[in-house]
Amino acid sequence: MPDRTTTTTASVTGAPAVDPTRASSSRPPSGARDTESAAEKTLRRRRLLTGRGAIMVYALLATLLVCALTVPRFASVQTTGFLLLDAIPILMIAMPMALVIITGEIDLSVASTAGLTSAVMGVLWAAGWGIPEIFVVCVLIGVVCGAVNGALVTTVGLPSLAVTIGTLALYRGLALVVIGDNAVANFPPALTSFFTSKIGGTGIPTVMVGVLAIIVFFGVLLHKSSFGRALPAIGFSTEAASFVGVHVGRVKFWMFVATGVVSALVGIYWTLRYSSARSDNATGIELAVIAAVLLGGVSIFGGRGSIPGVVAGVLIISSISYALRLGGISDVVLNVVTGLLLVGSVVTPSLIAVARERSRARRAARDVLAASAAHS
Amino acid sequence: MTTSHALAPTTGRSPFASLVKQREVPVASALIVLVIVTTIANPLFVSPQGVKDLMLNATITVIMAVGLGTVIITNNIDLSVGSILGLVAFATGTVFNAAPGIPIVFVFLIGLAIGALLGAINGFLVTVARVPSLVITLGMLYIYRGLNNAWAGGQQYFAGDRPAAFGRLSVDTVVGIPIITIIAVVVVVLVAIFLARTRPGRDLYAIGSDDQAARLFGIKVSKRVLTAFVLNGTLTGLAGVLYASRFNSVGATTGTGLELDIVAAAVVGGIAIFGGSGSVVGAAIGAVLLTTITSSLTALGVDKFWQQAIVGILILTAILVERIASIRTARRLRTSEATNA
Repeated sequence: MPDRTTTTTASVTGAPAVDPTRASSSRPPSGARDTESAAEKTLRRRRLLTGRGAIMVYALLATLLVCALTVPRFASVQTTGFLLLDAIPILMIAMPMALVIITGEIDLSVASTAGLTSAVMGVLWAAGWGIPEIFVVCVLIGVVCGAVNGALVTTVGLPSLAVTIGTLALYRGLALVVIGDNAVANFPPALTSFFTSKIGGTGIPTVMVGVLAIIVFFGVLLHKSSFGRALPAIGFSTEAASFVGVHVGRVKFWMFVATGVVSALVGIYWTLRYSSARSDNATGIELAVIAAVLLGGVSIFGGRGSIPGVVAGVLIISSISYALRLGGISDVVLNVVTGLLLVGSVVTPSLIAVARERSRARRAARDVLAASAAHS
Repeated sequence: MTTSHALAPTTGRSPFASLVKQREVPVASALIVLVIVTTIANPLFVSPQGVKDLMLNATITVIMAVGLGTVIITNNIDLSVGSILGLVAFATGTVFNAAPGIPIVFVFLIGLAIGALLGAINGFLVTVARVPSLVITLGMLYIYRGLNNAWAGGQQYFAGDRPAAFGRLSVDTVVGIPIITIIAVVVVVLVAIFLARTRPGRDLYAIGSDDQAARLFGIKVSKRVLTAFVLNGTLTGLAGVLYASRFNSVGATTGTGLELDIVAAAVVGGIAIFGGSGSVVGAAIGAVLLTTITSSLTALGVDKFWQQAIVGILILTAILVERIASIRTARRLRTSEATNA
C-alpha cells in the first residue's frame, strides 16, 4: 500500500527513522531493506499469533467450545441467531469506540445518540415520511452528534470524558424533547421482520452482513491504512504524532464523527429490531460497550488495541451471557461475570508485570552484590 | 524548611482568595441566579416546604459528589458509586428486617463499614495492581451490581419495613433544615477542611497535578489514593443508608446509572476531570445546582421533557467556563513570571 506519510518522512530523514506511525509499518520501498522487512514480517506474524488480540480470539473459541460441550442446546442455529441479534448494538459501537479509545479519548454519549436517532425516527415515521428519507436524516443526526463532540474536544480542547458526559445528558434530553414519553411502534412489518430475519438456515441474522462490513471497514482502517496507523501514534504521544505530520485534531474529530454515525445506525437497528421508537432506547449501553472494548485488549491510555481482539471481547461477553441464560442461571449474575472478566483481564497482566519487575530488581541487586564480592 | 517558611504567608492568603475568586463563584452564582429568577416567576419556590424539598432532593447527591470529588482530585475516578449505594441501601433494608429493634446508630455504622470496604477494594486494586481506575471501577460497577442482584433477586424492602424513627430522619427538621441535610452539611465542612487544611488533604491535590512529582517529593501516593477511595466509599455508604431513609423502596436496581450524574455534579462544581484542582464545596454546590434545576424548571413551567437537555447544556457550559478560567490563570501566571524575571 503506498503510504505517503512513511515515504516523505523516510526521504526527509534519509534513515530508517524511529517513527511511531511506522510501528507496524508497510514494506519499505527499496531493496536494501529486504532483510529488515523479512524480519519485520516474521515479527508481525508472531505478534499476530501471540498478541493480545490473538489471545482474545483463542479465549472466544475456548468459551464457545466449553459452552457447546456443557450447556445443552447451546450449539444450535437458534443460539447463533439470538446471540448475534443481542450482540449487534454493542458489536457495532465497539468498532469506532475502540478507535476513539486507541487515540486516547473516550465517548460516553453513544447510547444517547442512538436514543435520539430512535426518537427522531419515530416522530418522522409518525409524520408520514418515507423510510429512505428517514434513514438519511438519522445518519445526519449521527454526523452532527459526533461532530459536536469532536469539535468540543479538538477545537475547544476540552477533556472528552467530561464533554461526553455532558452530551450524554444533552442527546438523551433532546430525545425526550422530540418524542416525549410516547412510543411509535407501527413500522412496516416487512421492514421490522427483515431486521430479525436470518440468512437461510444458518441462523445468522441478515443484518450481520452490514455489521460485518462495518467491522471490516474499521479493521482495514485501523490495521491497513496510513490514517489508521496514526491512531495508536496519537494515543501513544500526541506531541510525537504531530511532529511526524499527523493532524491530531482532524483525526480525532473524524473518529468522533464515525462514532456518532455508527451510534445512529444502532439507533435505527434498535428501533426496527424491537419495532419501537422510544426516547429511552439503548439507555446505558455505553458502559457495556467500553467494558467490551477494554476486555478486547484496548488500552484505556490509548496507543494499543486491535479490531479482532475487540470483536472477540464483545462475543465472549455475549456468549457467556447467553449460555448462562440457557443454563437457567439468572442473567443478572452476568453482571458479575462481565466485571470479573474486565477486572481480571487488566489486573492479571499488571500483576505479572509488577512481579517480573520485582524479580528483575532482585536479580540485579544479587548481581551487584556478587560483583562487589568478587572485587573485594 | 526555609522554603516552606517563605511560602507560609502566601499560602495563608492566596489560596483562600483564589478559591473564592475562581472555583465556587461561577457555580454558586449560577445557583443564586437560578433561585432568584425562579422565585420572581413563582414565589412558592422559596416557601418553607419548597426549600425543604430542594434540600432533601440535593442531600444524597451532595454527599456522593463530595466523596467522588475527593477521588477525582487525585486524577482517579470511581464509576462504581451507584452500585455501592445500591448494595448499602439494600443492606440497610436487610438489617432492619433481620433485627427490627437495632439502634439506628448501628445501622449507620454497618452502612459506613460496607461502603468503606467496597471503596477500599477499589482503591486497593487501583494502587496495588496499578491499573487505571476507570477500567477497574467500571469492572467493579458490574461486580457490585451483580452481587446486589444475586443477593436481592426480586426482593424489595419498603419504608414500612423500617422503624418510623429511621424514616423521620428525612422528614423532621431542625430550624427548618431536614436532619439528613444537616448531616450532609457537616460532611461537606469536614471534608473541605480535610482537603484544604491538612497535610494528607493537600497531598491529594499534589498527586492529582502530577503523581510522579508528588512521589519524588516524598508523598506516599498509593496510601493517599487509597485513603481517597476509602473516604469515597464511606461517604457513598452514608448516602446509601440515607437513601433507605428517604426513599420508599430499596432493591436490586437501586442506584443504577447514578455514577455519571455524580461525576457531572462534581464537574459542574468546578472539579477538573484530570485532577489537581477544584474543591468539594464546589462539588456540593454543583450537586445542589443540578438537583435544583429540575424543580426550578418545573416551577417555571418549562416542559418537563426539556429538563434533561438543559442539564446537558449546563454541564457543557460548566466545562467551558472551567476551561476559560484555567486558560486565564495560565496566562496570568506566565505574565507574572515574566514581570518577576
